[in-house]
Order: sequence, then C-alpha cells, then structure tokens
Amino acid sequence: MELEKFSYDNKIVRNFAVATVVWGIVGMLVGLIVASQLFAPVMNLSNQYTTFGRIRPLHTNAVIFAFVGNAIFMGIYYSLQRLCKARMFSDALSKLHFWGWQTIILLAAVTLPLGITTSKEYAELEWPIDILIALVWVIFAINMFGTIVKRREKHMYVAIWFYIATVITVAVLHIVNSIELPVNLLKSYPVYAGVQDALVQWWYGHNAVAFFLTTPFLGLMYYFLPKAANRPIYSYRLSIIHFWSLIFIYIWAGPHHLLYTSLPDWAQSLGTVFSIMLIAPSWGGMINGLLTLRGAWDKVREMPVLKFMVVAVTAYGMATFEGPMLSLKNVNAIAHFTDWIVAHVHVGALGWNGFLTFGILYWLIPRLYKTDLYSNKMANFHFWIGTLGIVFYAASMYWAGITQSLMWKQFTPEGLLQYPNFLETVIKIIPLYMIRAFGGVLYFIGVIVMTYNLYKTAKQGKLVANEDAEAPPMILNSPEKIKTKHRLIESRPGQFALIAAVLVIIGGAVEIIPTLLIKSNIPTISSVKPYTPLELQGRDIYIREGCNNCHSQMIRPFRSETERYGEYSKAGEFVYDHPFLWGSKRTGPDLQREGKKYPNLWHFYHMENPRNISPGSIMPAYDWLITQDLDISTTEGKVNVMRKLGVPYPEGYEKISNEELLKQADEISKDLAKNDIRVNNNKEIIALIAYLQRLGTDIKVDNIGVK
Amino acid sequence: MFQHYFELIDGVEIYPVFSLIVFVTFFVIVSVWSLKADKSYLKEMEMLPLDDEK
Repeated sequence: MELEKFSYDNKIVRNFAVATVVWGIVGMLVGLIVASQLFAPVMNLSNQYTTFGRIRPLHTNAVIFAFVGNAIFMGIYYSLQRLCKARMFSDALSKLHFWGWQTIILLAAVTLPLGITTSKEYAELEWPIDILIALVWVIFAINMFGTIVKRREKHMYVAIWFYIATVITVAVLHIVNSIELPVNLLKSYPVYAGVQDALVQWWYGHNAVAFFLTTPFLGLMYYFLPKAANRPIYSYRLSIIHFWSLIFIYIWAGPHHLLYTSLPDWAQSLGTVFSIMLIAPSWGGMINGLLTLRGAWDKVREMPVLKFMVVAVTAYGMATFEGPMLSLKNVNAIAHFTDWIVAHVHVGALGWNGFLTFGILYWLIPRLYKTDLYSNKMANFHFWIGTLGIVFYAASMYWAGITQSLMWKQFTPEGLLQYPNFLETVIKIIPLYMIRAFGGVLYFIGVIVMTYNLYKTAKQGKLVANEDAEAPPMILNSPEKIKTKHRLIESRPGQFALIAAVLVIIGGAVEIIPTLLIKSNIPTISSVKPYTPLELQGRDIYIREGCNNCHSQMIRPFRSETERYGEYSKAGEFVYDHPFLWGSKRTGPDLQREGKKYPNLWHFYHMENPRNISPGSIMPAYDWLITQDLDISTTEGKVNVMRKLGVPYPEGYEKISNEELLKQADEISKDLAKNDIRVNNNKEIIALIAYLQRLGTDIKVDNIGVK
Repeated sequence: MFQHYFELIDGVEIYPVFSLIVFVTFFVIVSVWSLKADKSYLKEMEMLPLDDEK
C-alpha cells in the first residue's frame, strides 16, 4: 500500500508547553501570596488590587484555565496528531487557538485584580471574555474534529473519546452557566437568581472539575502513561467502562455541592448515590493506570517521568475516593465551608493535574527537541520536593479543616457555644496556614527547578518543528467486518460525538429541568423586598471586593449554626439575588444575618481596619472604600436590568433611583456624623454599609411586625 | 427543609427515577459490550499509542 508522507506540528505543542510552564509559575506564585495573606494580612499589600478577595480568583483561574488548560492543549495537540496519524487540521486554527487562549488569560489577569468579576466560582470572568472563551473553544473544537475526520487511523483510541467528551461538555457547561444580561461592558447580572443560580453554578462548578480537570487528563493518562512505560494499557475493556460510566454519571452528580444548603432531599440523595457510584469507574481508571506498570516497577525507580505519573494516578484515586465520601451528609456537615475542601481540591490539583503535567513535560520536551533530559537528578529532586510539598499542604489543611469545624460545633455542658467568637477558631488554625504555605513553597521550588531543567534540555537540543511521518491512507470501506457495536461507534467520530453530546445533555437536563422549574415553585416571602438602589450598589462592591471568597451567606439548619448566626436561610429570601452569594468557604463568619447586628459605626471602623475592632483578625483593611466615590452613573442601568430579570421595581423607578440612593446614603452619613465620623454620602463605604445592614433582615421578626 | 418546593413541581419524582433507570441500563449495556468485545480488536486498540513511532 502506498504510504502518505506528512508531518506532525510540534511547534504548537512546544508553544503550549511553554505557556503551561509560564502560567504555572504565575498561578502558583499568586497561590503563595494568597496563602501567606491568611496568616500575614500585610501581604494584601495595602492596595485594593491585591487583596485576598480579588486575587484568590486570580489564583484559581490561573491554575485551572492557564496552567492546566494549556497543559491539556499541549497533550492533546501532541497525542491527537499521533493517534490520528495526521497533522492538525489547520495550522492557522492552531495558532488562533493558542493566541486566543493566551489573550483570555491575560484579560483575566487584568480584570480580576480590577474587581471586574461575576463572583461565580471558576466562572468569574465578565461577559465579553465569556464570549471570547466560547469563540476560542469553537476554534479548538473545529481543529480537533477536523483532525479526527482527516485521520489515517481507522480506530479512535480511548484517549480521543475523553478529548471529545471534554470539548462538547465544557462548551455546554460554559454557555449555560454564563447566560447573563449586561449592564455595561464590564458588568452583568446572571439571568438566574438565588437558589436557581446556585444550582446552575454548582452544576457548572462540579462538572468543570469533571470535564476540565479530569476527563482531558484521563485522556492524557491513557496516552502518555503507556508511552512512557512503553507497554500497552492494562485493560482496554476497563477503559471502555471507565469512560462511559464516568461521563455519564459525572454530569449527574452536581447537587452534592449544595448539600445541607437549600436543596431538596431527593436531589441530595441523588447526588450522594451517584457520587458513591463514581468510585467504581474512577478507581477502575486508577487501577488501569497502575497495573499498566505491572512488572515494570524497576522502570519506575529509574524514570522520574513514571514516578510523577504514579503519584498523579494515585492522587486521582485518592481524590475521587474522597469526593464521594464528602457527599455523604454527615461528612459534608463537617467538611463543607472548611479547609478540608481546600485540601481535597489541592490533592487533585497538585497531585493529579500538577504531577501528570510534570511527567508529560519531562517526557515530551526531550522528544520535541530530539535530545535527552538535561538532568535526571534535578527531575528526581523535583519529584521529591514536590511530593513533600503536597504532604505538607494536604496534612495541614485537613487538620485545619477538621479542627475548625469541630470548634464551630462545640457546645459547653450548659448548651452554649464553646467558641462563640468566630475569630477564636481562626486564630487556632493560623499555624496550620503557615505550614500550608511552606508546603506551597516546596512545591513551587520544584517547579522552578523543573523550568530550569527543561530550559537547559531545550537549549542543548534543537526543536523539530515539523516531525516527518508516514502512514497508509485510511480505507473507508474496509472489507473487515465490524464485529462489535462499539467498534461501529468509535470508528465514526461524528456519531460518537453525537452520542456523547446526547448523553451529556440528557444527564444535564435531568439535573437542570427541576432547577428551572423550581423558580416558580419557591414561594415568595411577602416581606422580602428588592434591594434599594444604594444596597444594590453596595452589593456590587461586595462582589467587586470578592467578599464571598471568605464569607458565606448561607446558614444551615444546624443548631451550631443557628446559635451562632441566627435563623437559618430560607429559599424565598434569595429570590432577588442576581447572582447568589452563598459562598463556599468560611474563612470569616457567615453574613446572612449580619444586618442590624452592629451599628453603622462598627462597620465603618471594621472596614477601615478590621484589627482595630477585632484584634488578630486576618481580614484585609478596605480603607479605600472610605475615599473612593461611588459610581452612581450605573444605577439606572442596573435597576433596568434587574427589572428585566424579574425583580419587581415599579415602572419608572430607575428615573428616581439615584434620588432614592442619595436619600438613604444621607441617612447613613448623618448617623455616622453623630459619632463624629465625617464621611460624604457619595463614598463607596456608605453603599457597602447599607448592603451589609440589609443582609437577612427581611424576615427578622421586628421587620414583619410579628410579635 | 426545602424539599416541598421541589415537590410542588408536577411529577418531579420522574427525574431521579428516570436517571437511575437510564444509568443502570447504560452501565449494564456497556459492561456487556466490553466483555464480549473480541480479543484481537482489544489487542490492536491497546497497541495503538505505541506503534506510531517510526
């Protein structure tokens, strides 16, 4: 048979590799800064652009979408070409994809510190960037499917299925969760509110973990682990089961992120059952990876690449075992809102995503540059210091999470909270925050050593930008009979993609339809009123400063919570919350019933410098709120958009909204003046105080006149 | 706690029941498929990533 000559595009792989390393360093460095802010508030650097609330999202976005994202593209562009025996569909699309993605990252790195955010975790970027993400993703999809279509290999290896599932699902998730109505170029409100918004967000959030951090990496594992070990995957059968059950149930297990918050029992149970069932395919995957190395453990001892991969696969197994455990009601009751979750995600991020990426880089770079790794010794050093870093990180965070949770729930024999002051439970775990940062430093040192090692490797070799290859063309009507249905599917990428899409959509729909229906079924509480214009502006400052990164607004129906914070949260209280601000972590106390708890004066001093009011507090100072003018040019637009979203502001209210705003601002300003604090009614602090004083007061007894 | 809001939706039970049935069915089908898949084909698939090097 005539062999066709062609070449693989290695340059694009190299470019994504460079981006992976560069953004990895940036993302982890920001991670170190936020970690240190939790024991040294001075690390907030006394300016609004680098406070924890603003750069914690920068850290998560940089690590997930920049570091891991580029690593995914690097691995896919390398393996897809080889598995398809074809060059990428279009060099131009490859370049567009690369530069488009880097542009998105740059925009994120600029907008997040500026406080331009939607507040939705892992989906913080504002609507123009959301659109850009969708466009670049479509480019990637065209490039990928184009390559698959023009492939020379009839069969599609399991890794490609994982890639296809990733591309389709991420697109669906991103679009559904980003439906928002713009106020202006830099501000939008989600169409969903309250409970519904939370359900959609965590349907997205959970599946983003599944389909951005898990499925593409499993694809990479199924390609690079056999490559590095030079032996086939242990069981191809197992990989089929692994794939189908994984994509099928992952998308259905969303509700467990909201356990014990305002979710119905059946959805909670559904999430729990599915999450536990997830153990089977996940562990199937881990076992498949590890058993691939059976009889080759001597290689593991010698090759740093395999060491990284073994730890990565093990971390995957641990994290996916822990995930379902965390969805059990009684475990979740302890772990939710604490550092336990931080430990859990970092076992995944540092261990699974990080180490697999490092393993692939150590394997890939020497091949791209046709040389050997500059230093095996350094790679071994990286492995050990990185592993040690993970251990320090995870151990300290598990300890911190459990300690704090138990302190929150501790009652005295008389039935009172043993630690009524939230701050006490924070100060207790500060040493653990230091150990965590130390673990982070170790991990980071490893990455720097790797960077040097890879740089030297590249330096001593020469990039093979276009690697020559040859393969027979694919014969479409093979005389060979198709014996199994699965072969029928996986030799036809179009149909395969369609089935995967249908499955994902059915799974997503089953979860999301009740959510969309629930809106009309949440009884409105007559005393719950829309926010006043000033409160609305204050709420947007709360969002801008990322307060939700540390403060929840969700009191669960536990005695330990109602005792500490007040009446538990009702679904009907959130009906005007576009977006919801329940939060996912309590580094500070819950704020759902913060309104009217303290005088305006208290909030003023507290925002100016939290340590003046609460010595030992780790909250950053927000003194610029006192000097910065509130931008009221947006009020009218915001009221308009909110009305379009169903918030019952009367017709024409937008015209008088600023008048109302100033009236209310005046009252607060006068109240502060009584205590000798002179602050103009047009300052941002006034709006924030108005919002904080409103929080959770709608259903307070004295507000509805019930005795 | 809030389950009655969901219960107010007409026929809401259908969703979890539906998803459970679909999942179990699908899992069984996939398992049977993969167990019945023929050996030489599996071998060929396993070797795919390894024989791309010239």
